Amino acid sequence: MKALKNSLQEILRYPSAIAGLAAVLFFVLLAIYAMVSIPYSKAITLWRGGEDIWYANPKFAPPAWINYFRSKKLPVSFHTNSADGGMEKVVTPGGADTATIKLSYSFDFEADDYPQELMLYFTDTYKEKMPFVSISLFTPDGREIRVADTGLGPQENIRFSQQDRLINRYGGGQQQFVMRGLFSDPKAATPTPLKGKYQLVITGTTFEAGSDINADFVFHGMVYGLAGTDMYRRDLMVALLWGTPIALAFGLLASLGISLSTLIIAAIGAWYGGWVDELIQRITEVNLVLPFLPILIMIGTFFNRSIWTILGATILLSVFGGGIKAFRATFLQLRESMYIEAARAYGASNTRIIFNYMIPRMIPLLIPSLVSGVASFVFLEATLAVLGLGDPTLPTWGKIINDAESNGALYKGYYYWILEPAVLLMATGFGFALLGFALDRVFNPRLRGM
Amino acid sequence: MEASSQPGSLTVKKPFMSSTFIRVVKYTAVRLVVLFITVAVAIYLTILIANMGGYVDTMMRSEIEYNVTQQVINNPNSRNMSTEQKKTMETQMIAAAIKMRGLDLPLAVRNARYLTNALTLNLGHATIMVSDTGSRTVRLILLERLPATLLLMGTSELFLFFSSLFLALSLSRQYGSWWDKLVIALTPTSSAPGWFYGIFMILIFAAVLKIMPFSGLVSAPPPENPVLYALSVLQHLVLPAFSLFFSGFFLSIYAWRTFFLIYSSEDYVDMAKAKGLTSRDIERRYILRPTLPNIITNFALTLISVWGGAIVTETIFIWPGLGRMFYTAIGLYDIPVIVGDTIIYAYLLAITVFVLEIVYALVDPRVKIGGGGSQA
Repeated sequence: MKALKNSLQEILRYPSAIAGLAAVLFFVLLAIYAMVSIPYSKAITLWRGGEDIWYANPKFAPPAWINYFRSKKLPVSFHTNSADGGMEKVVTPGGADTATIKLSYSFDFEADDYPQELMLYFTDTYKEKMPFVSISLFTPDGREIRVADTGLGPQENIRFSQQDRLINRYGGGQQQFVMRGLFSDPKAATPTPLKGKYQLVITGTTFEAGSDINADFVFHGMVYGLAGTDMYRRDLMVALLWGTPIALAFGLLASLGISLSTLIIAAIGAWYGGWVDELIQRITEVNLVLPFLPILIMIGTFFNRSIWTILGATILLSVFGGGIKAFRATFLQLRESMYIEAARAYGASNTRIIFNYMIPRMIPLLIPSLVSGVASFVFLEATLAVLGLGDPTLPTWGKIINDAESNGALYKGYYYWILEPAVLLMATGFGFALLGFALDRVFNPRLRGM
Repeated sequence: MEASSQPGSLTVKKPFMSSTFIRVVKYTAVRLVVLFITVAVAIYLTILIANMGGYVDTMMRSEIEYNVTQQVINNPNSRNMSTEQKKTMETQMIAAAIKMRGLDLPLAVRNARYLTNALTLNLGHATIMVSDTGSRTVRLILLERLPATLLLMGTSELFLFFSSLFLALSLSRQYGSWWDKLVIALTPTSSAPGWFYGIFMILIFAAVLKIMPFSGLVSAPPPENPVLYALSVLQHLVLPAFSLFFSGFFLSIYAWRTFFLIYSSEDYVDMAKAKGLTSRDIERRYILRPTLPNIITNFALTLISVWGGAIVTETIFIWPGLGRMFYTAIGLYDIPVIVGDTIIYAYLLAITVFVLEIVYALVDPRVKIGGGGSQA
């Protein structure tokens, strides 16, 4: 315990180690937060969900906080539902089972650019007679823009930019000018967004007792949330959060599995010597020219892309890796030491000597390479995902980069899409590498002066 | 294979002894044989992995079916046959071909056959992919892509080797300086693979600054003039090569600088200082020379990991090499190409190790004296 405390104090003498330790702790906490706030099954459903889950988000929207760094503010996305009380709803009963339902919602529009789209998703109940709605948008300067008048089936979606009335009035027959028309100041010479309070008013009439109208108002701005969205409108936050425990688990398990098995094999080779040692040495040489990543690609393509298969294959392919040579050299020295000779003298068995006397002595030497190994395996998972061989179900950082790459994010200027996972990957990788590096200097006195 | 062709021996002026030459050749030959056996074992393992689910067999069968169908279509006699007659003819021919190719033999025998085919890169036909010359032969598809990969790897690795070597040597002379500390602090950057920096390179130099091309080998349309063509390739080479270079750079400097520090604390270095030799002479003759074998061993390990990273780097930069082809083959599920690509990577790794072993033999005094020498 005291030795542990001493080495911890020693580690904290290196500023790089403190930075690395802080990064590692941060990501461990983030991983725990991710797993608690979004349960696994929910994360998977969200990540594999389509339009039905993510309809309220715009596509390719950068995170909302980029507005702080921009002089021209972009409109922020939102959506609100009258069924949850998100809109003001006034029901006025009329004669003969009819009723007037007025839904209204006011919102501030302070952006310097136009939204992508405005949509209304109606859910209404009726038996025979369809309800009827009129939709209007009131602008800050008091104009009323009539959007649509329509009968409502049980599920009716209204896209503002597809309304003929608006297309003819603002677009000159083209859909992409509708938003500009709706949110522009009519007095300005060049189209400039008119800022202020807009009000959406839906006036509906029902013709049956028990008939009701609810609407979901979706405002597709240009930016969304803390992380932004991808081509399927998914909130990248889900994958950024859940990528953390996956990356850490993959990195730690791979590194731990490889370090421990390498250590054991090196100990066995050094202890028995002779043909066992020779065989291990030859296998190591073969392993050196085995193309690691191509074989992983082959396994991923032909058999199974599950992260556990890849993890197993990674460990198997790296067991006879370069680490054996370094461990073996130290074990060969250790074999000659006095306490091993003493153990032999009292008749300890081979397994006892290897597992109880030789391997424990090497644990301090193992830890640095174990910790810095995590970094390379976190990147390995991303590497496979970028090649399109990521786990098909799990949301990971590498898969965000892969999606972004295949959608040409860098060409089209969606930098946030690649930078967010890349920064997380970098921080994780460098955190572990820094820590491992500092540990190496603490536990390897030979390097301490250097 | 002259000793003066490599950097460490620039100041070695003694005549080239024929016995040394013979020893080096002997060492090289022995290593070549050992390495060839190693490659054969590695490729055999690759085949075992690929064939675990009978994939090589599927590959062979589909190739036979492809050939037979082609033959039947091209056979002038078959035009008058009914569909059923053609079918029976095809089935018979396929069965005969399977017997001829030995697909009905036991697995061990079959695997041995695949090994010989794989070692000679005789990998049959791609299911979907076609080479630029229109051939479906996997060997041609692979060899066509090889130059681009070699150009990228060669450039970045040569730069990596020489720049790391000289920077490490000069840093070891300024031990503890501000630069030295900076390099140590930046060492963790090497935990990220080359493609990761590639993304940042594209972002900074292509997307934001717009001074470099995004990707590809040459600009489109390729310039007619060979000089302009070469310049265009060079311009496209900068970013991917630099990404690969950068991912190995700081770790190599740090590791090599540490080797240099260990060797510069030897007694004979103090002796040389006491003799009043210039620091340039000391560096070259007494520090660089004995450190080189260690550096080459370390460089071999770096190279091996860079080969893996190059696959995704090529993919990101749409560099038409073996790595990019890997990515395309995965997308198209072209099994023969994937297996072939894996095998050619095994070869490339082995050749890399072999070349470095020759260099090792040339710089390691133990080989020249005949002490055997350790492996790179």
